[in-house]
Amino acid sequence: MSGLEQMYQQVIIDHARERHGFGLDSPAGARIGESHQVNPVCGDEIRLRVALDGERIAGVTWEGHGCSISQASVSVLHDLIEGTTLDEASELSSAFRALMDLRGDPPDPEIDDMLGDGSAFVGVGRYPARIKCALLGWMALKDALIQAQKETR
Amino acid sequence: MPFRDVRADFPILTREAREGGRLTYLDSAATSHQPADVLRAQEEFVRLHYGAVGRGAHLLAEEATEAFEAARSAVAGFVGAGEGEIVWTGNATAAINLVASGMGAASQGIGGSESRGFALGAGDEIVVTESEHHANIIPWQVLARRTGAALRWIPVDDVGHLVLDGLDSIVNERTKVMAFQHASNVTGLIHPVGRLVDRARAVGALTVLDACQSVPHLPVDFAALGVDFAGFSGHKMLGPTGIGALYGRRGLLDALPPSVYGGSTIKTVTMTETTWLGAPARFEAGSQPVVQAIGLAAAARYLSALGMTQVAAHDERLANRLRTGVSSIEGVRLLGPIGGGSDPVLGLAAFTVEGVHPHDVGQVLDDAGIAVRVGHHCAQPLHARLGAQSSTRASAQVYTSDDDIDRLLEALSGVRRYFAPKGAS
Ligand SMILES: Cc1ncc(COP(=O)(O)O)c(C=O)c1O
Repeated sequence: MSGLEQMYQQVIIDHARERHGFGLDSPAGARIGESHQVNPVCGDEIRLRVALDGERIAGVTWEGHGCSISQASVSVLHDLIEGTTLDEASELSSAFRALMDLRGDPPDPEIDDMLGDGSAFVGVGRYPARIKCALLGWMALKDALIQAQKETR
Repeated sequence: MPFRDVRADFPILTREAREGGRLTYLDSAATSHQPADVLRAQEEFVRLHYGAVGRGAHLLAEEATEAFEAARSAVAGFVGAGEGEIVWTGNATAAINLVASGMGAASQGIGGSESRGFALGAGDEIVVTESEHHANIIPWQVLARRTGAALRWIPVDDVGHLVLDGLDSIVNERTKVMAFQHASNVTGLIHPVGRLVDRARAVGALTVLDACQSVPHLPVDFAALGVDFAGFSGHKMLGPTGIGALYGRRGLLDALPPSVYGGSTIKTVTMTETTWLGAPARFEAGSQPVVQAIGLAAAARYLSALGMTQVAAHDERLANRLRTGVSSIEGVRLLGPIGGGSDPVLGLAAFTVEGVHPHDVGQVLDDAGIAVRVGHHCAQPLHARLGAQSSTRASAQVYTSDDDIDRLLEALSGVRRYFAPKGAS
């Protein structure tokens, strides 16, 4: 598999098109946190909103535009994070970041399992310039969760 | 080809691309490669003549100073500048900032009575264009804020041409300075400098030309163009990074106050007052990029040996092949006109691909060994005006061949298919 094929796996191309969680939503009764992140190199941006129900992340929705890597990454993030607890989200987040550091080498089976479709991003690690694209949504998530936790109900 | 195939002069072009195979370098508008002559000139200087410039009484200091000043003369000759009209700067950005900051300083009374002509205040106007690189927008925005002057701009039409219908009202008696690019790094359009200079002169406004993209590809003579100031960068004209130049008409440069202060710039210093030397010394505070200046002069000599008329003809031919080719690919939109003839353009093409983000376009091209630039190329207002958030840009230099362009066009034709849903075409 060439570097390009490893990066643009079909799962990624599909997610980039389907964009799970696209369209901002604020369910009533939840603590809402939002973050806006921009990649200054290309002007890509994302606005991501989380809805916190106690310790559980009840909703992850987003809007924005960007390359297939950034879009697919947020779509996968939505699938992985929605419904998890704050602790689980933090673990997933660290696992995804660690995946980027592998420079394209396969992750441990345990991480692979945990990340599901997220593991498809392993190929991005071979292209340092693109890691920022893959992490744009995850940076927004981290920030949005901090905002949400500041909210009192 | 108007001149011999020069690819072999550029050592880096023999290295392999990411997946092996020939490297097709089409990112010269971002930064260009250095021919062996330029590398050799720098190495030889460091090996044989290197020393402190302008501040020693020993042999090496003397030889280094001589070489440094000879480099200045060579570069001056290359762009139609006279003695004392070339100031070394880090790059074109620094050159433009030097003028804007100097005007800011003058507006605060620095530089004495001779700098008064550069002062701005409320009621005065600064003019730029909507096509500018950020390096020729931000310094003027900041100058406007600092002085209370208003910032105005010449708009761009749907294609990317400057709209000059309203020129006489935009550039008027209140205009103190007009800054504009010679050629766009996005649309490739070469702007009508003469028309703009005539208007500026008619109202007594200073002109500042961003010549960053023109000097590498066209015969440029600043004196003949009639601009007051102009900036350009070494690394886009086959020279090293870290060196560029500001051209300024002699009388003006000697009166513009410096805005970076330090050693080698002064006549006298007391604990309360400083008087500065004339140009270029007043602007060259601290140790200078000497090796880079030697390299830039070698680049100017290399280009002169090819002949700038021939270089321009080569660029024009590639522009046509590239822009015609790009605009004829389905789903690909060229930013700017195809151009040519009375609508002159540089040998570059910025384009968008329907449904595919520039980053992804660039990645697929990279896989085919083709280096292009992706993003907004530091021209966000222009992209916004042309209805694109960002774009992919391919750009040529003297070492670019028809074959390079054809490789790009072929790879570009397959990009949309790569990202299309499986089963569709
Ligand atoms: C038109 C134009 N102006 C200014 C610049 C800035 O050049 P530098 O980064 O070398 O200062 C560039 C480079 O991208 C350019 O294309």
